[in-house]
Amino acid sequence: MFYRRAGIRYTSYRSERRLWRLPFDRGLVAAVLAVLLVLPLVVDRLYLVGYLMPWVIWSTAALGLNFLMGGAGQIHLGYGAIIAIGAYASTHLVRVGVPFEIAMIAGGLASAIVGSAFGAAALRVKGLYLAMATLAMQQIVDFVIIHVPAISGGGQATLRVPAARVLGIELSDDLRSYYFALAVGVAVTLFVLNVGRSSFGRALAAVREKDYAAAVIGVDSFKFKLLAFWVSSFIGGLVGAVLAFCYYRAISPDQFHLDLSIQLVAMVIVGGLGSVLGSFFGAALILFAPILLNQAVGALTNNFGFGISADLRAHLPLLLYGGMIMGFLLIEPLGLAKIYDNIRNYFVVWPFRHAPR
Amino acid sequence: MDTSLLLELAVNGVFIGLMYALVAAGIVLIYKTSGIANLAQGALAMTGAYMAWIAGTLVGLPIWLAAPLAAIVMFGIGALIERFAMRRMIGQPLIMAIMLTMGLEIMLRGLMPGIFGASVKKIDIGIPNAPIILGDILINRTLLIGGLISFAMIVASILFFNSRLGVIMRAVSDDQTASWSVGIRVERAIAIAWGLSAVMATTAGVLWGATQGIDWSLSLLLIKALAIAILGGLDSIPGVLIAGVVVGLVESLATGIIDPMIGGGSREVLASVIILLTLLVRPHGLLGREHIERV
Repeated sequence: MFYRRAGIRYTSYRSERRLWRLPFDRGLVAAVLAVLLVLPLVVDRLYLVGYLMPWVIWSTAALGLNFLMGGAGQIHLGYGAIIAIGAYASTHLVRVGVPFEIAMIAGGLASAIVGSAFGAAALRVKGLYLAMATLAMQQIVDFVIIHVPAISGGGQATLRVPAARVLGIELSDDLRSYYFALAVGVAVTLFVLNVGRSSFGRALAAVREKDYAAAVIGVDSFKFKLLAFWVSSFIGGLVGAVLAFCYYRAISPDQFHLDLSIQLVAMVIVGGLGSVLGSFFGAALILFAPILLNQAVGALTNNFGFGISADLRAHLPLLLYGGMIMGFLLIEPLGLAKIYDNIRNYFVVWPFRHAPR
Repeated sequence: MDTSLLLELAVNGVFIGLMYALVAAGIVLIYKTSGIANLAQGALAMTGAYMAWIAGTLVGLPIWLAAPLAAIVMFGIGALIERFAMRRMIGQPLIMAIMLTMGLEIMLRGLMPGIFGASVKKIDIGIPNAPIILGDILINRTLLIGGLISFAMIVASILFFNSRLGVIMRAVSDDQTASWSVGIRVERAIAIAWGLSAVMATTAGVLWGATQGIDWSLSLLLIKALAIAILGGLDSIPGVLIAGVVVGLVESLATGIIDPMIGGGSREVLASVIILLTLLVRPHGLLGREHIERV
């Protein structure tokens, strides 16, 4: 119906490597982008701050983590710490008077340096041990942030984020912040989409499938693993800066705890390892499912007197994250992106069976 | 620094370490048979403690009956987890199996406090609160008895590996395909490992529940247990015993020596530092077998 593949013939490697193999995909992405551009002008501010902005920002974060976990096959349970480093570094730089554009890049670099330092330490080991090394990293970074008053501003303090100017435009109101976050998100998306078509992306894929085999065909697996850590941490740092300046506007250490890392991992797995589209799906599901569920429970309580205890209601999100991670791993390990793909493949052949595949 | 205070911290630290080691022993047991690190071990300990609390307080059984009953129920739960979740991960990338246990951990952490209430539950295992006074050091009686029970269970699990079932498990851990070909039921061996590991977690959960009360924070035992399992070597139960004592000692002494200098909290981060240092210096741990990958 929509996904007509008829008439697509690859006559060169170049055409096969194209970003949009189905013309409909390009139209779809353009339409989604247009909606994202127009929507904040139409909807209420509440929806903008409550739904659109977090979705765009967390999708960007999920893209960064997915680049590492899905792209290079390296497990990372400490991505929240990476985001925290970016947020704190950029906030402190702006506070001492560095322009925001530079502070944001510097925040990304700080994350990249710390992230790949831990990565280098962790890369002697892999799989299971890497999971634990990154888990340890999360705890250590949390500890340092909380216990160094120069970073956190003391014990339980909340650090106020100063207003930032991007290219002369004040990021004070939510609308401008949203457009800036969207711009960063689009840039990261384009980067991740295109990396897959480059030699770097192919090297990462080789490392992901089997690092020794990659080494045999001449891919320096240590170098590319480290590069993957570097790039992914840099994206995490950028997201941290965006998060601090556009969304939170006041940061405290408990916003970046292990729970955040777990949510991000859940986004990547639910969305689909290694899928760009999946990062967006996963972020949406993990962000909005608890809200929807909570509303559903609230409606049930109000309308039918079917009450559940406050304790259970408070723990529903955790239950949901855990259940979704397990459910997706058991039933559809490739996540929502694969489900979308299945539907698309179905439509590719359904009304136009004669279309060549 | 006061020597008797240090001595007191050290002695209590050893017992704390042994109690951590009991959680770690469960991780090692599962790793030895199936090669998967169970990140849900802390949540299993928490679940076991909740089960004992249900049998003890809600149903009203005496603790000597409630705790074994909880252990039996948890054996079943552990075996069911293997049957319906982990078994489907055979042949999948390792990252998937690890994430599955992580998902289980998160789910249990929401499920138990969600259903039975998030407030701290008290469980009384009949140990008086008064400390034992030995010269001029005080030993916490709960820690002492908990540590001794843990020690006994870990020693028992070392001995268990010499029994018929234990030999079967050693064979499975050595080579699954070869075990299959000589007629060992590999899946059943792994399911039993999960069950036994859940029993160990339950014991640890009840002991820790008696010390600090039962709530979601019992699942934080995971980090300490991972530190011990990695330091000792992921496939060595005697290693767990040694590493447990080391981690307990280091942690306890650090709270006495480092905490006054940096203003507290070193307890939480030490386990992570130990994990990282072990991975840097000796990834296979003190007594673990070095992992050789064949391509």
